[in-house]
Amino acid sequence: MTDGAARLETAAVERVFREAYGQAVATLARIFGDITIAEDAVQDAFVVASDRWRGDGIPPNPAGWIITTARNRAIDDLRRSARGRALHEQLGAIATTLRGRNIEQWAEEAPVRDDQLRLIFTCCHPALRTEHAVALTLRLLGGLSVDEVARSFLVSEAAMAKRLVRAKYKIKAAKIPYRVPDEADLPERLRSVLSVLYLIYNTGLDVPERTSLRSEAIRLARALVELMPDKPEAAGLLALLLLSESRAPARTAGGAPVLLRDQDRTRWDRTMIEEGHAIVRACIRRGQPGPFQLQAAIQAVHCAADSFQASDWPQIVALYDHLFSTMPTPVVALNRAIAVAETDGPAAALTALDAITSDLDNYHLLHAARGTMLRRLEQPDAARAAFQRAAQLAATEKDRLFLTQQIQELAADPKLVQPR
Amino acid sequence: MSQYLLSTYAADREAPAAPMTREEMQAFGQRVAALENEMEASGTFVFGGALHDPDAATVVRMSDRDLITTDGPFVEAKEHIAGFYIINADDLDAALAWARKVVEAINHPIEVRPFRATGRVQG
Repeated sequence: MTDGAARLETAAVERVFREAYGQAVATLARIFGDITIAEDAVQDAFVVASDRWRGDGIPPNPAGWIITTARNRAIDDLRRSARGRALHEQLGAIATTLRGRNIEQWAEEAPVRDDQLRLIFTCCHPALRTEHAVALTLRLLGGLSVDEVARSFLVSEAAMAKRLVRAKYKIKAAKIPYRVPDEADLPERLRSVLSVLYLIYNTGLDVPERTSLRSEAIRLARALVELMPDKPEAAGLLALLLLSESRAPARTAGGAPVLLRDQDRTRWDRTMIEEGHAIVRACIRRGQPGPFQLQAAIQAVHCAADSFQASDWPQIVALYDHLFSTMPTPVVALNRAIAVAETDGPAAALTALDAITSDLDNYHLLHAARGTMLRRLEQPDAARAAFQRAAQLAATEKDRLFLTQQIQELAADPKLVQPR
Repeated sequence: MSQYLLSTYAADREAPAAPMTREEMQAFGQRVAALENEMEASGTFVFGGALHDPDAATVVRMSDRDLITTDGPFVEAKEHIAGFYIINADDLDAALAWARKVVEAINHPIEVRPFRATGRVQG
């Protein structure tokens, strides 16, 4: 084998590992009722696989191979260790019936997808704090290494490892079950899963180095839709992510953010927009709207327009009204106010913004929106003060630079030069 | 089967709520009794109780080789445990379902905490 072919093979094996990780850990966690045992066994199986596959090639069902190997090794380990003997007795019945079956039977009997669904509900359980849920989901279902998860959240590998250990400790100590919740609990629990995926996506949006989180979030959302085809909010989240991602190529120019009104719309990804639009249309036909579907519908209207001015603003404001009626948060009110500027003008928008200033006084986007409206109302001093406050509050360097640029443009705008 | 502690907390020097009317007291008592009957009938109830105020608490501790007794609760906090149930539940979701019923009955937040071990230590 040439060096090039060997490298190709190594890359292929690594990709398979990443894809198989979530499936294998999910299935092993169901069998052994313990995430740590599952992860250790899967790691062991990867070591065996990277040895064997380099000689024999990647088997036709790599995830199945990993699961079978990991299961057998975990059973052997449990038999040997003192700690494992008690657990092994409990598991004896299951383990004996599972042993010796081939991969095909295995796959028929216990669909791996159901295991992943169980595990995602465990990882996103509302009893876990959100940052732990996010980290666990990326590690266990996304197959990211601890180091990759750590880098995504700008913390050290040791700090992330500790976070994961604490989350796994709580799952085990409090006995958070591996189960798709009952119908009665499902709406709340699904909301929590969807929010975690949305947060993963938005984390990928904030910092350019974390773009892989966006594709990871889309991949997980797509998997969730396949697992729960009768849940329109899951489809709504997928559409929302696709429509947001479709604009990614136009969202920055030379590292600087480009506002929606200034984006080169020919650079938007048409394939993603078409898929997003198709999902939104299917959601509308179902007639069970929810927050993610409504946000997707708003994005769908934006993506359907050839220009900012040609957008169907009355429709966007109407959708925000609907969204606010199901999710009355100040951030929804903020976005609604920004859309109102295009239907009723900046003065109406400013009145709407003033109503939520006390709630969002520490949120930079509120002050940025006020600055934009004040500028359009030709009040440069007030606009400058608003942009300055926004720049002070901005969380990222990128946002700060953008806001500073707004202040400079304000000074350069001849229309706005104050007579002195 | 696992066991969980469901505890409720009361804030110290909390502005006293409007005193319950006799009817409200009765309704409260009936809700709690119905809940406890349901716990008992399903094999969930292990033990439960309401505690006196922390002013009634006494702390015993070892200092060098002497045992000292002092007045007051162990932690000087704004909130103190006011009452609790110990329940049997299959997993956290089952325990949380009971916690929700308790919250609905008493209208106070409930902390759900798993027991690491229960019963007597085997010597």
